[in-house]
Amino acid sequence: MSEYVKYLPLAKPKIGVAGKTGSWRTEKPIYDPSKCIKCDLCWLYCPEGTINVGVSENEYVRINYDYCKGCGICANVCPVKAISMVPER
Amino acid sequence: MVIKSLTGNYAVAWAVKLAKVKVIAAYPITPQTTIVERLSEFVERGLLDAKMIRVDSEFSALAATWGAATGGVRAFTATSSHGLLYMHEVVWWVAGSRIPLVMAIVTRTIGPPWNIWTDHSDIMDQRDTGWIIMMAEHNQEVLDSVIQLYRITEDPRVYLPGMIGLDAFILSHTTEPVDIPSQELVDSYLPPRRQPYVMTIKEPLIMGNIPADLKWNMKMRWDVHVSLIRAKEVIEEADREWYKLTGRSYGGLIECYRCDDAKIYVIGMGAWVGDMRDAVDRLRDEGYDVGLIKVRFIRPFPDDKIASVVKNAKLCIVFDRSVSAGSAGPLFLDVTSHIHRYGINVPVVNVLAGLTGLDVTSTEISYVIKKIYDSFEKGELRNNIVWYFGGDELWW
Repeated sequence: MSEYVKYLPLAKPKIGVAGKTGSWRTEKPIYDPSKCIKCDLCWLYCPEGTINVGVSENEYVRINYDYCKGCGICANVCPVKAISMVPER
Repeated sequence: MVIKSLTGNYAVAWAVKLAKVKVIAAYPITPQTTIVERLSEFVERGLLDAKMIRVDSEFSALAATWGAATGGVRAFTATSSHGLLYMHEVVWWVAGSRIPLVMAIVTRTIGPPWNIWTDHSDIMDQRDTGWIIMMAEHNQEVLDSVIQLYRITEDPRVYLPGMIGLDAFILSHTTEPVDIPSQELVDSYLPPRRQPYVMTIKEPLIMGNIPADLKWNMKMRWDVHVSLIRAKEVIEEADREWYKLTGRSYGGLIECYRCDDAKIYVIGMGAWVGDMRDAVDRLRDEGYDVGLIKVRFIRPFPDDKIASVVKNAKLCIVFDRSVSAGSAGPLFLDVTSHIHRYGINVPVVNVLAGLTGLDVTSTEISYVIKKIYDSFEKGELRNNIVWYFGGDELWW
C-alpha cells in the first residue's frame, strides 16, 4: 500500500460474505459416485467454488450445500451425467 | 550514449527496452504497429527479457497488460485511434485500480470516413479516465518521456497509469537522430518496480467488487484526482533528474519558448509545436511580441503554470487538433477555464486546425496568428472559436 493513496478498490475474499446463499436454490445437484469418472469438470466449471474434488475414495465429489446456489452448471458439464438436479422442497 | 536514426515508433520501442519491461501485449493497428513489431524483434533476438502476448483485440491487449502489471511487473502496450476507443472501458478500469503501466498512443483521427492520419481526437477522448496523459514534440522527447513515465507512474505519490501521445507519421514514421542513453544511466534513473498492491494466488484479493458504501466509491474518484494533482511535482522532479543525467529538459509540465516580454501567447501540444516555434521566430522577426507555450501534459493539467505565464498577456491563441463538437477544442476549454479560476481575464481564441490529418505548415500557423491578432487589434474579431482549413480558408 502507499502512504499517499488512501482509497483503493480492494477487498479481501471471505467465505459467506453474502450469507448462506444455499437458501437461494430451487434445484439441488445430487452426485452419484457410481457414475463419476473423476474428470474434475464440475469443479472447474462451478462459478461459486462450492465443489471440492478428491475428498475420499468413495466420495470423490463433495458439494457445499451451504453456498451452492443450484445453477446446474455442474450437472450440465458432467459428461457421464453423474450429477442430476432435483427440485428443492 | 549512442546516437541512432530512429522513427518515433522505434524510439518508443527502445525506451521500453531500456525500462526493462517484462510483459508486452498489443494488437496491430496503423500507425502503431511498428512499435510492437520492433519490440517483438528485441524479444526474439534475446535483447529484451520480456513476454509478448498476442491477443484478439485492443480490449484484450490492455486487459492483458493490466493483468501482468497487477501481478507485479512492468508492462507496456500501444495502440491508435479506433483501437484506443475499443479499449476505452479498460482504460478507466486500469486507472481506478491504481496499477501503474505505460501505453503509447500514436495519435490518429477517428472515422468516419476511414483515415489513418494524425489528429488528437483519440487521446483527448481519454482525458477524464484518470490517466496521466502527455504528448511529445519530437522523437528524442518520445524516448525520454516513455522512460520518465515509468518513473512517474510508479511513484507512490501517483500510482496511476500513463499514456504518451506521438503524432501519427509526423513522428511515428519520421526518422530523426535520437540519443539512446546507456542502460546504466536508465537503471540509475528508474527505481525497481513499485505498485500499491500485487495480486498473487497465495494472497487472494478482490479488485473492484460492488462497493458496500458509495462514499468509499466516490472517495476513490477523489483519490485519483488528488493523486493526479500530486503527480505535477513528480513530473517536474522526473524532468529535473533526467536533465541532471542527460542534459535534456522539457520543462516538466509545460515549456515556454520566447515567452520573455511576450504579449501574444500561442498554446499547443504535440508534434506541430515544432512548426509553432518556427512560426514564432518568423513573427518575432516581423515585430510581433509572440511567445509559445508547449503543453506537455494535458493530465494533470498545468493550470497554475499556464496561468502564471499568461497573466499579463494581451491575447492567447490556443491551437487544438481535435474538437469537442458542440463546444470547442479541449485544450482551449482547459486553458480558458483554468486561467479564469486564477482570476485572469485575458481573451483566448481557439483555432481548430489540422483535424483529420490535414497538413498545417509553419507559414500557415504564422498566417493564422497574424490574421487573428490583427483582427483583434482592430476590434474585428467576430468569433473566438475559428476553424482553419489551410491556405486562407479561415472560418469565423
